[in-house]
Amino acid sequence: MREVFTTLFGSFKDLLPIIIVIGFFQLVVLRQPIPNLNEIFIGTLFVAIGLGLFIKGLEMGLFPIGENMAYDFARKNSLFWLLVFAFCLGFGTTVAEPALIAVADEAANVAATGNMIADNEASRADYAFGLRMTVAVSVGIAILVGVLRILRGWPIQYLIIGGYIGVVIMTVFAPAEIIGIAYDSGGVTTSTITVPLVTALGVGLASSIQGRNPVIDGFGLIAFASLTPMIFVMAYGMMVLN
Amino acid sequence: MLFELLNTLLATIKDVLPIAIIIFGFQIFVLRRKIPNLLKVITGFVYVLIGLAFFLYGLEKALFPLGKLMAQQLTAPDFIGIADQAANALGSIDWMAYKWVYLFAFAIGFATTIAEPSLLAVAIKANQVSGGVIGIWGLRVAVALGVAIGIALGTYRIVTGTPLYWYIVAGYIAVIIQTLFAPKVIIALAYDSGGVTTSTVTVPIVAALGLGLASTVPGRNPVIDGFGLIAFASLFPMITVMAYAQLSEWRAKD
Repeated sequence: MREVFTTLFGSFKDLLPIIIVIGFFQLVVLRQPIPNLNEIFIGTLFVAIGLGLFIKGLEMGLFPIGENMAYDFARKNSLFWLLVFAFCLGFGTTVAEPALIAVADEAANVAATGNMIADNEASRADYAFGLRMTVAVSVGIAILVGVLRILRGWPIQYLIIGGYIGVVIMTVFAPAEIIGIAYDSGGVTTSTITVPLVTALGVGLASSIQGRNPVIDGFGLIAFASLTPMIFVMAYGMMVLN
Repeated sequence: MLFELLNTLLATIKDVLPIAIIIFGFQIFVLRRKIPNLLKVITGFVYVLIGLAFFLYGLEKALFPLGKLMAQQLTAPDFIGIADQAANALGSIDWMAYKWVYLFAFAIGFATTIAEPSLLAVAIKANQVSGGVIGIWGLRVAVALGVAIGIALGTYRIVTGTPLYWYIVAGYIAVIIQTLFAPKVIIALAYDSGGVTTSTVTVPIVAALGLGLASTVPGRNPVIDGFGLIAFASLFPMITVMAYAQLSEWRAKD
């Protein structure tokens, strides 16, 4: 029982900034009453309970399984299967991501109203689907390259900075309508469940391979997953839009 | 209420299903090893599912409606006081008229990032593997400040209409220079923190803010100017996290 209260209290501390900001702007800046106070109170309670449960489950389920798989793959010593797993994890967690589906649909509307693609249902659906596949494949490749980097111990900065230079060069050539969407797509790919899992996998791999430091080599997978979609989406825009 | 909650739970299960299939598929067919403490792991997964469902349902009920409404109200021409000028002075609005918008962007960017579950997960892990050197709250505040600065600057960009890529390229150059000088231990983590900031809590409110601004500021096109705030929110945490590490190192030296 005490544990429950400590967890709940911790979650409330995480939510306090939002409550203060919304309260201040609503009451002091906009000078309006807070509507549906009851509903908001119950909703906030739900958020706090949910956050507490999530963190508990993270430590019981997501972290252990991610690390455990990393150890098992290291013991199995099969580069091929590890890379297949890395690609599947990246592709599989991204392709069904609701945030990505929303952005892809929105992007299709933008392209259709701008006469970049034919303005009908079928070509919009095609365009949105292509965009989703592009992002999912790019995240798969990102996790694959990121895992390879951990195994080989390549310094992350050369790869990431190289990628940024790629983004800048692509920006020059890509159509203006795709650039904002491409930049944003880097951010929407990493969901709340993917992040802990992928982090645990990377840290687990780095700790089970001799000569790797879990802090220096274990992190960085998410960084690749946010970078490659930008390049791939701009390439998609250059191929599909006219 | 119960029905809506169940709906959210079902949607969460649908999102987690592909991940579970990949994990258990590889575990059973490729690794062919038993998962240690299987019962505990499954209980953990159930906690994550229920926790996320509660979290999302609560956000949907309480924070999102109010946050989005506020984003609209703060960007409305009546509140800004440009309703009359807008017609005759297209494109020459005073950027300072939007001062509350920048402040709101900064504050809400900071506050939602502190509540972001995936950032908390990464901070817990970083704290564990660094043996406590990287503090959970230190990292979270550094990332939250980065998001706050990023979104405030992003709203300023929408108001002034300067091209997105100027800021992004300048930000990248800052990241590259900092990488040369920052302690090695923080670099990968700093790069990661760009990606973890933008998930469940931050994106919906920030998107509403961007869209609200782009459709009310005279001369802006929501199609082109509405996007890009998330890119700001992913870029600036890298800068602040490396700065946080540089500051800690510098203070430890004295």
